[in-house]
Amino acid sequence: MTLSRKSNFWRGLRDGMPFVIVIVPFAVLFGVAGTEAGLSIAQVMGFTIVVVAGAAQFTALQLMTEDAATIIVLATALVVNLRMAMYSAALAPHLGAAPFWQRAVLAYFNVDQTYTLSQIEFDRAPDQPLGAKIAYFMGVAAPLCPLWYLFTYVGAVAGSAIPPEFALDFAVPITFLALIAPALKTLAHVLAALTSIVVALALVWLPSGLGLIIAAAAAMIVGAQTELWLERRRA
Amino acid sequence: MNYSTLEIWGLIIAMGIGTFLIRFSFLGLIGARKLPDWVLRHLRYTPVAVLPGLVAPLVLWPAGSGGAPDPARMAAAAATLLVGLATKSTIAAILAGAITLYGAQYLLG
Repeated sequence: MTLSRKSNFWRGLRDGMPFVIVIVPFAVLFGVAGTEAGLSIAQVMGFTIVVVAGAAQFTALQLMTEDAATIIVLATALVVNLRMAMYSAALAPHLGAAPFWQRAVLAYFNVDQTYTLSQIEFDRAPDQPLGAKIAYFMGVAAPLCPLWYLFTYVGAVAGSAIPPEFALDFAVPITFLALIAPALKTLAHVLAALTSIVVALALVWLPSGLGLIIAAAAAMIVGAQTELWLERRRA
Repeated sequence: MNYSTLEIWGLIIAMGIGTFLIRFSFLGLIGARKLPDWVLRHLRYTPVAVLPGLVAPLVLWPAGSGGAPDPARMAAAAATLLVGLATKSTIAAILAGAITLYGAQYLLG
């Protein structure tokens, strides 16, 4: 039992290693972009440690540079994170029997990488004991989350020293595009993305961020409806 | 950026609590309650529903060039998207975008 926990922890850690090369530059970029936008190093670290969600942090940062109302910044960032309710639902059958405090810790570390790898692992071996499943999940989180904090700090400290010729204003759009492109997996994802662009541009005259929330709602509906339509056609 | 220190920290804490509650939601409720299919179907599209709409105006009217369309930034955006689509790799896409941006800025002066 203890042995399977220990080996599962190391296996999770090993499986998570490839994500290090994604997390480190992404963290540096958030640190740089955050200080460039005018946040203090403590505030940049606050985002990274309290929120721990790269895409939502970049979203909030962008809307803050546009001086959007705080309630709109909050709502948009949380919409970006809504996908994690889906992760929580998928993990609940496997980890839901853990004590309350452990589930709270697991929830804090329930990010794209820990969810994705754990889902694959639990599908592969659904009958392992609870302790072994938790060990695997925490093994994935163990290197990734501390590196996320550390390299955000490195970026925040370095950021203030980088001159404007480096066009760092464009680091945020490039990061977003680089996150979107690999996510365009199906026709439904592509149509959702196009809807988001068209509606957001059409509503660009609304107060900062408001058009984006409407665009996101429209895009989610288009994605879901396209998926339904594709399923019916296949049936 | 024009927020008071209090507003920024309030935002950080509210985002942290909101994000935690989203992550905790179903893990928090004991037992394996399943989300209805129609909810899952919408949640699947949240990242691609928000990020493209956020990024489109930034590409068309970038802040760094004072809001005027800028060929170097447009080329960088196109390269990022194409390499991201071709390789499915976020890091490869970021590198392609950065190289194109600096390359185009150098060539176009």
